[in-house]
Amino acid sequence: MASLTITNIKKSFGLVDVLKGISLSIESGELLVLVGPSGCGKSTLLNLIAGLEGITSGEIKIGNRVVNSIRPKDRDIAMVFQSYALYPSMNVRQNLSFGLETRRVPKTQIEETIRRVANMLQISELLDRKPSQLSGGQRQRVAMGRALARDPVIFLFDEPLSNLDAKLRVEMRTEIKLLHQRIKTTIVYVTHDQIEAMTLADRIAIMKDGNIQQFETPQQIYENPSNLFVAGFIGSPSMNFIPCRIANHGQRKGVFLETGNGRSFFLPIEQSGLNLDPWIDREVILGIRPEKISHGFPDQAGNPQIHEIESVVKVLEPTGPDVLVFVNINGKEVTCRANPNAVKPPGEPMKLMVDISKAVLFDPQTEERIGK
Amino acid sequence: MHNESSQTAMYQTPGAIFGRVIVYTILIIAVIYFLIPLFVMIITSLKTMNDIRTGHLISWPREVTLDAWKEAWGTACIGIKCDGIKGYFWNSVRMVVPAVLISTIMGAANGYVFSKWRFKGSETFFSCLLLGCFIPFQVILLPMASTLGRLGIAQSVTGLVLVHIVYGLAFTTLFFRNFYVTISDDLVKAAKIDGAGFFKIFWKIMLPVSIPIFVVAIIWQMTQIWNDFLFGVAFSGSDSQPVTVALNNLVNTSTGVKKYNVDMASAIIAGIPTLFVYIVAGKYFLRGLTAGAVKG
Repeated sequence: MASLTITNIKKSFGLVDVLKGISLSIESGELLVLVGPSGCGKSTLLNLIAGLEGITSGEIKIGNRVVNSIRPKDRDIAMVFQSYALYPSMNVRQNLSFGLETRRVPKTQIEETIRRVANMLQISELLDRKPSQLSGGQRQRVAMGRALARDPVIFLFDEPLSNLDAKLRVEMRTEIKLLHQRIKTTIVYVTHDQIEAMTLADRIAIMKDGNIQQFETPQQIYENPSNLFVAGFIGSPSMNFIPCRIANHGQRKGVFLETGNGRSFFLPIEQSGLNLDPWIDREVILGIRPEKISHGFPDQAGNPQIHEIESVVKVLEPTGPDVLVFVNINGKEVTCRANPNAVKPPGEPMKLMVDISKAVLFDPQTEERIGK
Repeated sequence: MHNESSQTAMYQTPGAIFGRVIVYTILIIAVIYFLIPLFVMIITSLKTMNDIRTGHLISWPREVTLDAWKEAWGTACIGIKCDGIKGYFWNSVRMVVPAVLISTIMGAANGYVFSKWRFKGSETFFSCLLLGCFIPFQVILLPMASTLGRLGIAQSVTGLVLVHIVYGLAFTTLFFRNFYVTISDDLVKAAKIDGAGFFKIFWKIMLPVSIPIFVVAIIWQMTQIWNDFLFGVAFSGSDSQPVTVALNNLVNTSTGVKKYNVDMASAIIAGIPTLFVYIVAGKYFLRGLTAGAVKG
């Protein structure tokens, strides 16, 4: 297994700058997820790491080797594609052994490798079938098997689960996570699905318009998003963004939440390291996740960071384990999570408890988080 | 019961029946129009000259004889040689087989390069090559004649093979390039990562899935080259004429009596290979053309 170091990578296609200066480094055995909306450059970055495209400027190091000008087959990498890219005229066994044969690995070793990989991925009984005779999930496993058989130092996954149905996607996600735990490989995984990013990654690099927005562990990104884009991208349903004004109210600084019917509630915001003095009377955006606004937090009775407000229920969306309650605060639609038994029907006012401890504030102009 | 009869009545309203009658009549007339020449040719070739003189165009032969066929093949006079068209038939075969094979395999390689290994200026290059599909034969006659002369292969079967390869390359490249464009680029990427180079990818990955378009290219080239007359008459010598040219000469050679039955037999012999190809492989041609259209 090898580490991966990317230094100030830029990539342009003609006049279009797709990557505008990417730098990151991961340790051997880490699973890095590159996530972002379509067009952000994540697949391009993966192709550069693989060597399938040339770099415009910058440096890529695999382990201690600079691989800028080394061809894909000599970089000791393997890739799993979104379309699986299984060779249609060969059966599964030949698909798995193709990369080994071109490297003139001895036959006995090839057979041993195929046996081991087929067992690991449970595709042993499919070895004589052609790709057209396999289901989507089976093809995906063969594609992974082909990469595993090569035993490279870095695995590259390009949206491998995007073509699977929802249920299969969840199963395969867990399988990939288990695989990573077992064989501790270095993996770079590209996806547009933020749930895959959260569940699989050791660290996530969120990309937008050719730049890295934030590069940290899933939990850190979830709790401390560095800007509005990251905050809105990660988490489903997404974070609520409530426009408000920082006010001084009885020696405490905080925000007023107007919940309709003329009702207004003051929420003091006191977080260590957060200085709101320069923001008094200025507009900010309050970011608060839906699960932090609920009917109640029964196991946190004395928590001073939890405040009560009341608002009129607009819409209810049951999800099974809980209900999404849509209310209106400061003119914006706000999502809350509540227990199905504790909600009021639409049109009626409902008491909501707000846990302000994890709330984040954003500058509306720069979209950066206040107090980073 | 009332519903049943009204339902069948709906399928066979007077308007619908009349429409069908018209359609079928037109189709039958068209079929007769197209098949009558073939019919006339076949029965004429089976008649004796007496029969032809005393009967009329579409009358059935009084006695069926294959003498005309034997004469056409082995003893008919073309110019001053009286060896039938068998020699020229084999000239055509010797010309068509290498020309089809070489132009097809080169077209496959070209199509592969244009679709999977795009290089600087490849699109311009491809457009120029495409122009070749639209150049009229006549335009290149003089330059080609002088080139063949300089290469020392003027008036030979080899020269004809070269001409057909060059001319056919534009079409075969187009066929293969359009087909390979529908094959996912990821396949080539995966093979590159697996360590395969340019030729290995071509042999082991692209060619095995190219059967449909190979069939298309081979059938197209075969019929184009076999049926060609212009290049044949311009670039062949008396020994290297293809069967199309020989047929023309045969029909124009007569010592008094015009032997219609021999002429007809020769024409059918000249047309048999392409007819055979279409009867046997015609549906594969259509299948191959639409093979890339629906993603599997």
